[in-house]
Amino acid sequence: MSYDALRHFADSWGLVFMGVLYVALIGWHFLPHGRQRIAEAALAIFDDQTEAGHG
Amino acid sequence: MEQLVWKTGGWFALATLAFLAALAAADFGFAVHMGIVCAAALAVAVLTMRHADYEAITRGLLKMPASQGKYDDDPIRWGVIATVFWGLAGFLAGLYIALQLAFPALNLGIEYTSFGRLRPLHTSAVIFAFGGNALIATSFYVVQRTCRARLAFPALARFVFWGYQLFIVLAATGYLLGITEGKEYAEPEWYVDLWLTIVWVAYLVVFGGTILRRSEPHIYVANWFYLSFILTIAMLHIVNNLSMPVSWLGSKSYSAFAGVQDALTQWWYGHNAVGFFLTAGFLAMMYYFVPKQAERPVYSYRLSIIHFWSLIFLYIWAGPHHLHYTALPDWAQTLGMVFSVMLWMPSWGGMINGLMTLNGAWDRIRTDPIIRMMVMALAFYGMSTFEGPMMSVKAVNSLSHYTDWTIGHVHSGALGWNGLITFACLYYLTPRLWKRERLYSLRLVNWHFWLATVGIVLYAASMWVAGIMQGLMWREYGSDGYLVYAFSEVVSAMFPLYLIRAAGGLLYLSGAIVMAWNIGKTIAGSPLRVEKPMNDAAYDVEADRPLVPAAT
Repeated sequence: MSYDALRHFADSWGLVFMGVLYVALIGWHFLPHGRQRIAEAALAIFDDQTEAGHG
Repeated sequence: MEQLVWKTGGWFALATLAFLAALAAADFGFAVHMGIVCAAALAVAVLTMRHADYEAITRGLLKMPASQGKYDDDPIRWGVIATVFWGLAGFLAGLYIALQLAFPALNLGIEYTSFGRLRPLHTSAVIFAFGGNALIATSFYVVQRTCRARLAFPALARFVFWGYQLFIVLAATGYLLGITEGKEYAEPEWYVDLWLTIVWVAYLVVFGGTILRRSEPHIYVANWFYLSFILTIAMLHIVNNLSMPVSWLGSKSYSAFAGVQDALTQWWYGHNAVGFFLTAGFLAMMYYFVPKQAERPVYSYRLSIIHFWSLIFLYIWAGPHHLHYTALPDWAQTLGMVFSVMLWMPSWGGMINGLMTLNGAWDRIRTDPIIRMMVMALAFYGMSTFEGPMMSVKAVNSLSHYTDWTIGHVHSGALGWNGLITFACLYYLTPRLWKRERLYSLRLVNWHFWLATVGIVLYAASMWVAGIMQGLMWREYGSDGYLVYAFSEVVSAMFPLYLIRAAGGLLYLSGAIVMAWNIGKTIAGSPLRVEKPMNDAAYDVEADRPLVPAAT
């Protein structure tokens, strides 16, 4: 592949691919099923077991 | 026993090889480095041979709790001490070279102490030694807690710690000896790069292995940031350091790339070192330690996911903004500029996410100096991630590039964001790791906060003025079409600003010394300092009575 062809591929299909991947990776976490899991994940660091007997 | 003989023999063989390499070295610097490697291998060989329980001895010396607890915390304790130590060394080197700029006599007329050699010593000491040790230590701490698993491969984790220290020593002594690839933030030569690659892969194996062994279904977002930092740094480091040594027994090598390709690779590396080492890794600290210290979950977990993927997708393209108006193709410069400007949004999203974690607990800024430090770190994260995109705009860059404005920008990010968040994490970690009731003194944390903050303000403000003045003086044309100022005139005009900068550096270093004292006393188990609490409500004995005197 020549430099010119690569460069044009990168700013057409390459860009589309990156954009779609980005939207998909973020969109996944906004699907309704994720709401509960995300709420749990945010609180998981406060579970008592995670503390190594401080004090 | 047989295993012990093999192990010791291996270390001795390595020491012998290094010794032979030192004898046959093509240049003095390489010989010194092989001498250091030889000494390190011999030390390990002797320690292996004597077969003492050195971990127990260091645990006694460093007052570490005897019980191992649920988690493997020894390498983290070493990391806390190493971070404090390298921080002091790096800040001191920075103060010294700041004074060299004001008073050139401080170069001492010796090659080893000249500005050109001490400057990479300073940048590497603060970024890779201070920042790197903080990242390794906190990542080992966070990954164990959030995965509820002990570190995978404990022996390898110890290798990562000591191997990284050897890398730091080789890099630092190399700069003093004049060994350099001349690539900013990637100065170490080929053999030191190879060693770092080995250490880094081991780091990835320990961190990734712990995640794979987790007993928690979800991988907490801080670990995403840590993992992206480890993976990306591995990729950047390997590609940017592709080079061919002149001699296998010498310290000089030439890059695999030439001309502007080399420059672009270097700044693809250089800017992503900022993006993934100094940003993603430290954001991982933020996403764990800020919620823990504030005792409330992160403001929006979904925002943290947007923050993560946006940084990953955008940062990697921003590097060309370091090469505006050079031989780099115009489209690549514009690409770097556009992606840098786009980065502003996710960066501020992350800052808001961190700050809003305190929503409903804003009084903690007044009462808890560690929270205050975290908030100031986030404020500087926001300021420098606004300033950066602005400076990457070509029109602004034509004024700011090559001036001290860049230095001011870098330091508001490094001292403000990376420094303060690291100090806050060290303050969080030390009492927990050494099982103390609390830090030796919270008042001293407050002192550290103000010394550091005023130091940064002096530093950033003087460098803004210096940089913009410098840029304007350089481009000033007279009516006759000649430049108005000679370079030397611009240099002398900067003198007072250099003094203010050095004063800021002195304050910042003083703050770090206060921290070293505080953390040292905490580790030593000294009696807690008796002091007035930070959050006392007023109590007036006189007023504490019924309005009407009781009938007698």
